[in-house]
Amino acid sequence: MADLVSHPDEVRIVSKRFGKGAAEIEQYLKLDGYKAVQKALRMQPDEIINEVKTSNLRGRGGAGFPTGMKWAFVPKESAKPKYILVNGDESEPGTCKDRLILEHDPHAVIEGVMIAGLAVGAKVGYIYIRGEYRYLVDIMRKALDDAYAKGFLGKNIFGSGRQFDAYWHTGAGAYEVGEESALMESLEGKRGIPRIRPPFPAVVGLWGGPTVINNVESLASVPHILLMGGQKFADLGPPRNGGTRLFCLSGHVNKPGVYELPMGYPMKKLIYDVGGGIPNGRKLKAVVPGGSSTFLLNAEEAENINLDFDSFSKRGEFLGSGGVVVVDDQTCMVKFALRIMKFYQHESCGWCIPCREGTDWLKKTLTRFHNGGGLKKDIDNIKYLAQNMLGRTFCPLGDAAAIPTMSIVDKWRDEFEAHLEGKPCPFEPEAVITELPVLSH
Amino acid sequence: MAISEKLDAFFSEKMKEYPTSRSFLVPMLLYSQDEIGYVSDEVIAHLAKKTGLTELEVRNVISYYSMLRTKPAGRYNVQVCTNISCQLRGADELFAHCKKKLGIGHKQTTPDGMFSLEEVECIGACSWAPAVQVNYDFHENLTPQKMDAVLENCRKKAKQ
Ligand SMILES: Cc1cc2nc3c(=O)[nH]c(=O)nc-3n(C[C@H](O)[C@H](O)[C@H](O)COP(=O)(O)O)c2cc1C
Ligand code: SF4
Ligand code: FES
Repeated sequence: MADLVSHPDEVRIVSKRFGKGAAEIEQYLKLDGYKAVQKALRMQPDEIINEVKTSNLRGRGGAGFPTGMKWAFVPKESAKPKYILVNGDESEPGTCKDRLILEHDPHAVIEGVMIAGLAVGAKVGYIYIRGEYRYLVDIMRKALDDAYAKGFLGKNIFGSGRQFDAYWHTGAGAYEVGEESALMESLEGKRGIPRIRPPFPAVVGLWGGPTVINNVESLASVPHILLMGGQKFADLGPPRNGGTRLFCLSGHVNKPGVYELPMGYPMKKLIYDVGGGIPNGRKLKAVVPGGSSTFLLNAEEAENINLDFDSFSKRGEFLGSGGVVVVDDQTCMVKFALRIMKFYQHESCGWCIPCREGTDWLKKTLTRFHNGGGLKKDIDNIKYLAQNMLGRTFCPLGDAAAIPTMSIVDKWRDEFEAHLEGKPCPFEPEAVITELPVLSH
Repeated sequence: MAISEKLDAFFSEKMKEYPTSRSFLVPMLLYSQDEIGYVSDEVIAHLAKKTGLTELEVRNVISYYSMLRTKPAGRYNVQVCTNISCQLRGADELFAHCKKKLGIGHKQTTPDGMFSLEEVECIGACSWAPAVQVNYDFHENLTPQKMDAVLENCRKKAKQ
């Protein structure tokens, strides 16, 4: 389906079976498949967790939480069953990597779930895939059936006398369901309204049982970690940022695509070497570093930062989901901010007021602004509204809406000023003004 | 309209994989819609009974998920992503082209019932933008010309 790309700087670990027919179980077995889980069956749970801790694997869903530490939070004894839940809701704008893993290497995800189960003492895992990815649900269904037929899953996995079941599940269109607690609600057959924390899912999760929730890519990395050794994986990246990551390069670059690069790879090289630079002789204006929920970088910042969690957190910013969106100098940043806000307004679950009302007001203000109806005081108002959402919402979606907005107002204020008081968008002077929302009730 | 016995039997099997009877509800709604084109009153009543919920509870779940609908759409549902990665590569123009070509707007259906059109959020094809899903099929790196070929193909398939 989606085209594969390659570049000499790539270090292929998670993507090493891409394009090799590994969705077929026989082929997967030829490519070292199901060796890691058999190794895990011979290890103590603590040994598995320690190996993952040593690897410095951090959550590939976006938050970058250390995976080994997350697993260690699960209580050893539990009256209720424990669960593993795979987050394959992939809906963060700019992010399209889990799709490739699910398409080309579904058994690696199954193996990762099983290893997580052995590590924390869970006997059941659910693989949740977003509803739009139906062809991937079908691929996963077949992979699971094949694994059951071989006796890799079920009552007696690999003849070990131990039990593990893995099942597929699908959503039906909702970004918010990618948030871990909303994901559990959805899997339980409900609206995806998030849950209050604490208690954290590792202690009270699915149906009240301890639950490990991990991103597809995080879990697909785990079998490789067990086979190559945690230390070797860790050594691929800078301190505390182990291994490689699938970066989804999109927007204004000559060679968009999903590239697997070591953590800490320079953003400048990603854009100009790997991505082949900006098309049409234009210049770099902005970069969305990791999905639309992250602070945007201007050209200078982007050309001087490395792609690891700490390089961003040092600045009080986020590396995010791996979705790198490159924006050239002919793009209107007001329009860009508006498109981002339209998304969050559409996806807000409506549960808490700062997010439900804030995203709606921001969308209206930005629409009016882009259409030439903006007033000077609106610029500060946009920033003020976003700032007041930050940290005041029930789940991080509200923050995710505020963050890019604040950074765009801060860094491209001049573009807002260029739209003031009836002036047409400087980048689209021909555009017809269609909508000027009234802001007072 | 009701779902087939075969689909219902498949649901009963899948429900065994969960500790509570409502857990498989979201996939059941989506798969029912795929079979009959939308989530009908009959399906709602049936799934409510099957899961031990009230019909209102089922409707509550339906209204949360953007893919679920309680009225039929066109035979081919054209979903154009206009989110950031696609917008940067011409998605707004592509969506405008689709509107003009099909003579319908967002969430509308052509009078012959062949096409419906929707502007959607990121569909996970950002590195192959601009992208469109027609029903579940992905079409990527599109231009208005390539889009015309996609639509033409749908018409051809419908005739077969
Ligand atoms: C609004 C929202 C949407 C999210 N969407 C996803 C998603 O689609 N996939 C994902 O893996 N994580 C997503 N996350 C992050 C998850 O809540 C969670 O942190 C992650 O799945 C944990 O896995 P990891 O530690 O392996 O990254 C989202 C978070 C928020 C707040
Ligand atoms: S922040 Fe937004 S998405 Fe999260 S609970 Fe509040 S309204 Fe829902
Ligand atoms: S932004 Fe269009 S597919 Fe992701």
